[in-house]
Amino acid sequence: MSESPPILALKDVCKAFGAVRALQDVSLELWGGEIHALAGENGAGKSTLVKTLAGVHRPDEGQVLLDGRPVEFHGPGDAQQAGVAVIYQEPTLFPDLSVAENIFMGRQPRSKFGRIDRGALRAETAKLFERLGVALDPDRPARGLSIADQQIVEIAKAISRDARVLIMDEPTAALSGNEVARLFTVARTLQDQGCALLFISHRLEEIFDLCQRVTTLRDGRYISTELLDGLTADDLVQRMVGRELDTLYPKQETTIGAPVLKVSRLTREGVFTDVSFEVRSGEIVALAGLVGAGRSEVARAIFGIDRYDAGSVEVGTVELSGGSPTTAMSAGLALVPEDRRQQGLVMEGSIERNIGLTQLRSLRRGPVISRKVERDRAADWAIRLQLKYGRLSDVVGVLSGGNQQKVVLAKWLSTEPSVLIIDEPTRGIDVGTKSEVHRLLSELAGQGLAVLMISSDLPEVLGMADRVLVMHEGRLTAEIPRDEATEETVMAAATGQTRQEDVSGRASSGQRSAGSEATEVTKEDGALGAREPRSRQRAQGGRA
Amino acid sequence: MAPEAPAKASAVRPRVEAPRPLTRFVRWDVIVTALLIVVFLGGAFGTSDFATSDNLSFALDDLSEIALIALPMTLLVVAAEVDLSVASILGLCSALFGALWDAGWAIQMIIPFILVVGVVAGLINGLLVTRLGLPSLAVTIGTMTLYRGLAYVVLGTKAVAEFPQNYADLATKTVPGTPIPYPFALFILLAIVTAIVLHATGLGRSLFAIGAQEEAAFFAGIRVKRIKLLLFVVSGLVSAFAGAVYTLRYGSARADNGLGLELAVIASVLLGGVDFDGGKGTLGGVIAGVLLIGLLRNLLMLRDVATEIQSIVTGLLLIVSVLTPRIAALVRQARRHPRGATPSASS
Amino acid sequence: MAAITADTGGRRFVDTVLRARELSILAALIVLVAVTTAVNSSFLSTQGVKDIFLNASILALLAVGQTMVVVTRNIDLSVGSVVGLVAFASGKFVAGHDRNVLLVLVVGMLIGAVCGLVNGVLVSFFKVPALVVTLGTLYVIQGLDYYWAHGQQINAADVPASLLDLGNGSVLGIPYLPLITVVVMVAVGYYLRAYPSGREFYAIGSNPDAARLAGIAIRKRILTAYVVSGVLAGLAGVLWLARFGTVVADAAHGWELKVVSAVVVGGVAIVGGLGSVYGAALGALLLTTIGSVLVVLKVNSFWQDAIAGALLLLAISVDRLLALRVTRALRKRNARHGA
Ligand SMILES: Nc1ncnc2c1ncn2[C@@H]1O[C@H](COP(=O)(O)OP(=O)(O)OP(=O)(O)O)[C@@H](O)[C@H]1O
Ligand SMILES: [Mg+2]
Repeated sequence: MSESPPILALKDVCKAFGAVRALQDVSLELWGGEIHALAGENGAGKSTLVKTLAGVHRPDEGQVLLDGRPVEFHGPGDAQQAGVAVIYQEPTLFPDLSVAENIFMGRQPRSKFGRIDRGALRAETAKLFERLGVALDPDRPARGLSIADQQIVEIAKAISRDARVLIMDEPTAALSGNEVARLFTVARTLQDQGCALLFISHRLEEIFDLCQRVTTLRDGRYISTELLDGLTADDLVQRMVGRELDTLYPKQETTIGAPVLKVSRLTREGVFTDVSFEVRSGEIVALAGLVGAGRSEVARAIFGIDRYDAGSVEVGTVELSGGSPTTAMSAGLALVPEDRRQQGLVMEGSIERNIGLTQLRSLRRGPVISRKVERDRAADWAIRLQLKYGRLSDVVGVLSGGNQQKVVLAKWLSTEPSVLIIDEPTRGIDVGTKSEVHRLLSELAGQGLAVLMISSDLPEVLGMADRVLVMHEGRLTAEIPRDEATEETVMAAATGQTRQEDVSGRASSGQRSAGSEATEVTKEDGALGAREPRSRQRAQGGRA
Repeated sequence: MAPEAPAKASAVRPRVEAPRPLTRFVRWDVIVTALLIVVFLGGAFGTSDFATSDNLSFALDDLSEIALIALPMTLLVVAAEVDLSVASILGLCSALFGALWDAGWAIQMIIPFILVVGVVAGLINGLLVTRLGLPSLAVTIGTMTLYRGLAYVVLGTKAVAEFPQNYADLATKTVPGTPIPYPFALFILLAIVTAIVLHATGLGRSLFAIGAQEEAAFFAGIRVKRIKLLLFVVSGLVSAFAGAVYTLRYGSARADNGLGLELAVIASVLLGGVDFDGGKGTLGGVIAGVLLIGLLRNLLMLRDVATEIQSIVTGLLLIVSVLTPRIAALVRQARRHPRGATPSASS
Repeated sequence: MAAITADTGGRRFVDTVLRARELSILAALIVLVAVTTAVNSSFLSTQGVKDIFLNASILALLAVGQTMVVVTRNIDLSVGSVVGLVAFASGKFVAGHDRNVLLVLVVGMLIGAVCGLVNGVLVSFFKVPALVVTLGTLYVIQGLDYYWAHGQQINAADVPASLLDLGNGSVLGIPYLPLITVVVMVAVGYYLRAYPSGREFYAIGSNPDAARLAGIAIRKRILTAYVVSGVLAGLAGVLWLARFGTVVADAAHGWELKVVSAVVVGGVAIVGGLGSVYGAALGALLLTTIGSVLVVLKVNSFWQDAIAGALLLLAISVDRLLALRVTRALRKRNARHGA
């Protein structure tokens, strides 16, 4: 490996955005046949580094080296020409075009006279999806795909390029176990073929599972590059954060009070059916299940984003009329939504305005809004959540992914809700902040907040929840108390292999393929989970 | 729950509001205001008839309808909607004004009546947009034709004139002691109200959020549909009122009154730096834009420049006003990255 | 979610319905024609049909160009004034001379191309908002046109017979005008659908940021769209002269909004990424037909505009309601087949 130069490398690269120095003297070498991990907290500069390699940004100083020779990428096109494929952190799809067109945009299979060969286009897409083990229709438009499915399409797009270098910026953040396992299989195949891979994730176990070498960044500065063999998770965290980290999942003992959120027989035809549960004050209830089981949709309906066809939602003693987030909010509900770029934030708005948007009424002094109150409140929350930012008047669009998520949290926590529904609370959030968010949730629960947490991160579900509700194909299939919740019980319910925990005997009948598919997948991927039992467990997540 | 993570506290960058001289001042609305001052001074020194109070009050009076309608239009465009039917509502109300006057109605009956018509017209626009989720551009192109057509139905091609002098005076005379005509005085009042609403109230914040990211605004509990409906109704109401002003000012009610005015209004709003895609803009910029177009036209007229040239100047003005900040930005970028600029992700 | 539960049959259905956006305009057109013919049988006479197609051709041509621009999430408001300018300019060009028709067409399209180029450069290289720029060029071009014309007009007597023949003659009973439009429409439509570079126009309109990351030559495509729109407007200007012979400076005044409404009625999303030139052309045909129908039905001329506006609103509302119905029906369908 050492005779030939690295396929792609960065040498002493600096990149600044105005006053923010996103990268300072960072070097990185990507070797063929190796999967390289990039670790760092939110805002450490990982995505900036990726975009520099991809030709989106040009380094202010330093060089990009291709096969040992300096190159200048004048745009993403140049990098693609050089054989660099990138999965960006935020999906970059064309909503109006079909999934197949999205994947092959600019590289469509051609027939005579340079026309697009639609048959081949469809067939090749189908092949890719088969390789990734997902059931997506190549012809459907990308609009309306869930975040997870969007991520899948991005992955398909990148691997279809047959590139020499594959860069993956948090590709797994939205995925559940099965898809992650498939992705890893594909990545290892590429590795065997001699490609160089760069992998970013905030789930450390994934890094240990997949990669051989890791480079750590902190606040835009290069910290270290070392082999993962012999490194422990604590070592890695130490390098990322610069200090020892406290325990993850700091679950507080709380006194659980009266039910605050009562959902009964909620049904939205074609989406979810007959969902009933309660969340009591001081309690954290996790809503687990596979991607696409209808968890987010339930949350949306409760909060009034979507209407429901039957059933009712009560907050405290008030029965919500449905279909109005405004009334839901005044009843004390808050929803941290799934898609922060579309639903959580006004991307071109400033940090302070985004945080203030949910409490316009309480910011008023007389008829007009007090800038001071607005700014003070935003500053309070920014400190409380350790937001990394330049000015409060900066637009949130330029914050790193994890910091954006914190702004969304601040925006909702500052409404002082009595029930907090939180959809993937720590997606894209680094380990340090993750434990902060968990501590915060625990504390809030301790103060009597009722929390309904949707999460695809099993350790998080098991670590945080007093009770786990599991959904499968639009139905609630299990309710598991904390002391009985294990990876096995939750995954079994999530894949439809429900046993005695079945809620009030509503045995879910229609699970045709999902269960069997999941077992099959596990068998196939049995080898990969050898190093990390957790990820093997995850691999059971079947796609319905 | 005091935050206790000293290791990371240092990472939080200080909130210093560093002055950013160049970027601050190469803003769109600032440029338009500067241009306005240049035009005014140029006019005052170059053309003797320009800076007289008679001429200025004439110029302002001439702007009344455009200025009035520009206010609700600004709110709409900030919320990423548009109302192209304003000029037709103006025409319809003007026609009704004439027809009802012909039929012997008293003016104090006619005006409330046409205001109600304006509200209904706005309500139709708003309901089509909010209930059916149709793009407002499409809806208001349709209602533009519809309302203008109705104006012809009401009045045909005839013109009604001879309205009572005291009302005509209201539309043309100035507030005693100032060169400001009554309609324009009303505009100033409404502009202040609109500026406060847009820039200092929750409703204003909501408008910007809706314009920038409607879905996120909805998720934040903002009553998006209700607010949009309200905007269209206000737009209809103000256009109807402008119809009354127009009729009295010219002393003539015709079905084709204000034909093509919608583009002039939109031109002033865009000239004022409001982003047609929503979410950005200031009312100050719009006022400067309205005045700039108005004064420039007046100046060209005084200098006997053909109306065709006026149209060219208006067009060039629009282009220059959007081009200048872009070129300034490009120059800045080129200076910072001599080897070639990195396109910023946010552009 | 939909991806998980929607079965193939459901998606096929969606596909059909999506394509039916064009079909539903066609259906509206047929209903309109059928009803009118029932009331007044002369409506479907050869001459009547010919007139409608002649009248629709120019609008449809402009709608095709506009579609290319709108699909990239831009807009070209200057087309109306380009038509006016070119109609007058080519009138001046031919007046008194016996110019070759092809030459006139080329000159007209060149003028249009220049206008399109100006718009395109401003929008794509300087990234200034399309609406503002083209509103600006609308005023500038119109001003130039009026200034030049100064109240003059071109008379049919000055226009060579060969050119007038282009506007009113026909081959095998089919007039030239619609023929030209159809050829242009099919060519542009085929290019946009079947060629990789054609798809990039949709990609740009669908998500400009993603288009940049995908390495698409955004500037080039947007520039192309504007030049095509300009060239077609130039062509339309010459055809305008050929059809009417007598031209004053404000030919096609206010047509920009007419073109935009044709495009919107034709199902092209004003925010880009969606729609076809066929739909846009059908939209133009529908608008023109509505106009003719009102004349044929002897609707009081004062009522014609109002009714045309109402019908336009009706068309887009019904289309939208149908679309909403279908989405809801599909969701419920999934309820039965999926979960
Ligand atoms: N286009 C931009 N303009 C201004 N600042 C930017 C821009 N892009 C990134 N930044 C800043 O650069 C820093 C590094 O951001 P980056 O997105 O690279 O972080 P990251 O390591 O990917 O974080 P995360 O794990 O949250 O994704 C952040 O402080 C961010 O606010
Ligand atoms: Mg990142």
